Amino acid sequence: MMKPGTLILYAAARFLMPLQLMFSVFLLLRGHDEPGGGFIAGLVAAGAFSLYLFAFGSELTRDLMRIDPRTLIGWGLLFGVISAFPALLQGQPFLTAQWWPIPLPGGVEFKLSTPLIFDIGVYLAVIGTVMTFVVALAESEQV
Amino acid sequence: MEPIMALAVGLLYAAAIYMMLRRSIVKLVIGLMLLSNAANLLIFASAGMTRGAPPLIPEGAMAPEGLVADPLPQALILTAIVIAFGVLAFAVVLIHRAYEVVKADDLDQMKETDT
Amino acid sequence: MQLAVLSGFLLAALVPLLSSIADRRLGWLVALLPAALAVWFAGFLPEVMAGQTLVHEWAWIPGLDISLTFVLDGLSLLFALLITVIGTFVFLYASAYLAGHPDLTRFYVVLLAFMASMLGLVLSDSLITLFVFWELTSITSYLLIGFNHQDADARKAALQGLFVTVGGGLALLAGMVMLAQMSGSYSLQEILVQDGLSEHPLYLAALLCLLGGAFTKSAQFPFHFWLPNAMAAPTPVSSYLHSATMVKAGVYLLARLHPAMGGTEIWQLLLPLFGATTMFVGAFLAIRSTGVKKLLAYSTVMALGTLTLLLGIGTETAMIAFAAFLLGHSLYKGALFMVAGALDHSTGTKDVTRMGGLRKAMPVTAAAALVAGLSLAGLPPLFGFVAKELLFEAVLGGSTLLAYTVTLALASAMLVIAVAAIIALKPFYGALKETPHKPHEAAWPMLAGPVVLAALSLVFGVWPGLAGDLLVQAAASSVAGQPIQVHLYLWHGINAPLLMSLASLLVGALIFWRWDGFRQRLSVLDPMIARGPEAGYFKIMDGLVWIAAWQTRVLQNGSMRNYLSVILMTFVLLVGYTLLWRYQVHWNWDLDVRLHELVVVGLLVAAAGVACATASRLGAVASMGAVGFSVALIFVLFSAPDLGITQVLVETLTVILLVLVLFRLPAFVSLSTPRQRFRDAVVALLTGGLMTLLIMKTIDVQVFPSISEYMVEQSQPLAYGRNIVNVILVDFRALDTLGEIFVLALAAMGVYAMLKLHPGTEPGSNLRAGSLILPRREDDVADDQSKKDPSAVDEGRTS
Repeated sequence: MMKPGTLILYAAARFLMPLQLMFSVFLLLRGHDEPGGGFIAGLVAAGAFSLYLFAFGSELTRDLMRIDPRTLIGWGLLFGVISAFPALLQGQPFLTAQWWPIPLPGGVEFKLSTPLIFDIGVYLAVIGTVMTFVVALAESEQV
Repeated sequence: MEPIMALAVGLLYAAAIYMMLRRSIVKLVIGLMLLSNAANLLIFASAGMTRGAPPLIPEGAMAPEGLVADPLPQALILTAIVIAFGVLAFAVVLIHRAYEVVKADDLDQMKETDT
Repeated sequence: MQLAVLSGFLLAALVPLLSSIADRRLGWLVALLPAALAVWFAGFLPEVMAGQTLVHEWAWIPGLDISLTFVLDGLSLLFALLITVIGTFVFLYASAYLAGHPDLTRFYVVLLAFMASMLGLVLSDSLITLFVFWELTSITSYLLIGFNHQDADARKAALQGLFVTVGGGLALLAGMVMLAQMSGSYSLQEILVQDGLSEHPLYLAALLCLLGGAFTKSAQFPFHFWLPNAMAAPTPVSSYLHSATMVKAGVYLLARLHPAMGGTEIWQLLLPLFGATTMFVGAFLAIRSTGVKKLLAYSTVMALGTLTLLLGIGTETAMIAFAAFLLGHSLYKGALFMVAGALDHSTGTKDVTRMGGLRKAMPVTAAAALVAGLSLAGLPPLFGFVAKELLFEAVLGGSTLLAYTVTLALASAMLVIAVAAIIALKPFYGALKETPHKPHEAAWPMLAGPVVLAALSLVFGVWPGLAGDLLVQAAASSVAGQPIQVHLYLWHGINAPLLMSLASLLVGALIFWRWDGFRQRLSVLDPMIARGPEAGYFKIMDGLVWIAAWQTRVLQNGSMRNYLSVILMTFVLLVGYTLLWRYQVHWNWDLDVRLHELVVVGLLVAAAGVACATASRLGAVASMGAVGFSVALIFVLFSAPDLGITQVLVETLTVILLVLVLFRLPAFVSLSTPRQRFRDAVVALLTGGLMTLLIMKTIDVQVFPSISEYMVEQSQPLAYGRNIVNVILVDFRALDTLGEIFVLALAAMGVYAMLKLHPGTEPGSNLRAGSLILPRREDDVADDQSKKDPSAVDEGRTS
């Protein structure tokens, strides 16, 4: 069942995947103000990788991702936990948000903050989790 | 709207439980999926339903204009949806493995197979 | 004082460390603690003799009004001294008696913990702490009775003791709660000064519960059977817990509560009735036994009955007799148990009929046994005589059940004289009998206890005023709740008690002389005794096992559908009852529905229905998709864009998941009968209906103010975010979200483990759950791969 896909799937995956990934990062970054956020962005990215997997198989997907999905989960959790600590250094309760706005050219301000780091953690953990499911399932079938 | 929603959620629960009471493990999975949807809608409906007022603050403002939908249950449901997916994946794979080992998809038969 | 009580627990924790350092001297080292405590408690004698009550307060759980306050008055001090003095000798004794036992350290740990619990029990002011220490003594007693845990009888006896005393403990707890309700306080000091508790409507219920606790602990008839069985414990334990201290906890409680609860008609009826019956039953069962420890155990039952009887009589003389008898009994019974252990240790038998003529081999033991035995028999010039004269005097001065109590007291006194003679004379005099071991005198740590305790019996007997001033007066005063003047004499002149003593001495001597014949004649009664309370205990235990088996069969039968139905129906009944009968649901038919919304909801319900009814897996998956997207639409329509997006994405991934897995599983089959389907449908519809009601009710009520408003207001000012849902997720409630991504990670690990960590999925990997923990043999691995792998993989493919 999991044979590499058809031509249309190839083409679609090749073009759609980068777009989907970019869109997911966009969703992640704007999530604090507009609909979006780590969970949604993570699901979009995982969807992108899954599409690629259906088209090209799990080996190539692993190569593309470079990092093992399980390692990605680890990174996600690590980000989540790290974001909790700056507050402790300030003597505030665990997980209290800290903000370090960085002005960017063009009058825009990039709001670097612990909630953002936390959201990135969620993003990575969601991608890692879903891809662990999908890759493991796909590979268990290929044996 | 809430009474209608309450009825629908009740029916969804009934469908979920009926499926979970079947002996076939595949039906059990369907029941599980229905149950998580029902639970999410339960929280959603209990918090009251508001039309066309998402909990977003317009650019430049400090607070939303007028009444908006309650954001707290939405946050709860959002994580619940993702976790339900995780649990579903776990359950599906567990059932798959159990089927491989026991070679039975009947829960009553599985109970007898002590492997 | 807190430290004094808790030092036992501290030392208990340290003993395992000490045991490697101190080695053989451990017993002596440990015995230093009770000795030091005894001296320390003795230092309070002058103050307590002067009628003072010492209070040491320490708030333990202030929020619950529970304090670890200790109070030292006459009664507590008497008990504390008995616990520490006898404890000292018991530890010394144990060091020789159990010398070389592999579990000696464990023994000291538990025995120390027991000592501390017992001290806590008799010193506690709060009912709650008293109860905690009470249960601790039950548990330590359980561990000590079952000390030789390889012995099935010891285990059974330990469990029996635990069940009976802890069962009584439950009643006690209920009684204490009622007592606190009646008096408005958990502090004994405050309870004891209150008047009119006996007029309270709860009085009878509270009294019965408290008696239940006290009677089980103190082995009163019909709960007396556990105490003789507890003799499975090593002898130092029997001497300490099951004669001198723990079993007196019940009596202590009654004595402690006597000023507040005593003196009523029901008290003066129940206590003498049960006390006198226990006294006689104990003495009677004692005379039938031939094991030294059984004899002593039954005579302890008798003594406990006597103490209860005296508390029930409640006159001033009875209070004095109570304190004197308590002291006298602990001294001679502690000594006699240690003698029994020495006999057993040196001869190798517990049967008194197989011993004789040991006086030559064990002169010191024989002398101690003689003195303690005379005290047990109540003969002058020993303290036991003083106590027994007081007992007779008190019983004759009683008001209720006079004929009953006097008769039984006299009969018990006759029997106990024979019992004392059997223990103190039979093994040591007469012709030398062959015993399994060649008898030898016990080591000095085993002699210290009997000699000192027997000597104390003699000293207090010759100078009874000493005991009276030092201990008895203050103790009797606290039991009575008012100061009592005590003057103890050895010689009261010729009066009724003395005549009773003489009569009992004559008959007792006669019974001893014709003991063998007497015992045989009593064996006629064996079938009746076999149907006694212990048989009832076994019936109850069998019943419990039967109920457990029944409920396992009915409820825990391994069928998930069954569990689910039971849980759901319980839920429906309880919540439904509460919802419909206790509160009313206002059905708000204020319908404000748009057509397109109705269509979406209709689609949702219809899709769910199809998913249930369809016979094909593809149909089910497709309708599940329809359910998911309808839900997403509802989210979008009702102001939850984030939820809508998430739901759509998850639905997509779910389809991928199901495609990957579900179609490797077998097709749907209908396995149930129409009847089952109908039953399941009823359960499902009832639950669903209840959920509908629940939502309606939830919308109606607002129990707590919502925290959402705060979040809506502060989202931008505090958290600089305009998407409030996301702000809640990553800022306000970030800890929850952190927990949730950990759950996701766990699910991923679980899936990965199930798919990858079993033979065959990865070349060269033969990891199994078991092989991660246990080393596997090489041939085992080879075997596994040749047999199991191909089949498992094949199965995966073909399905």
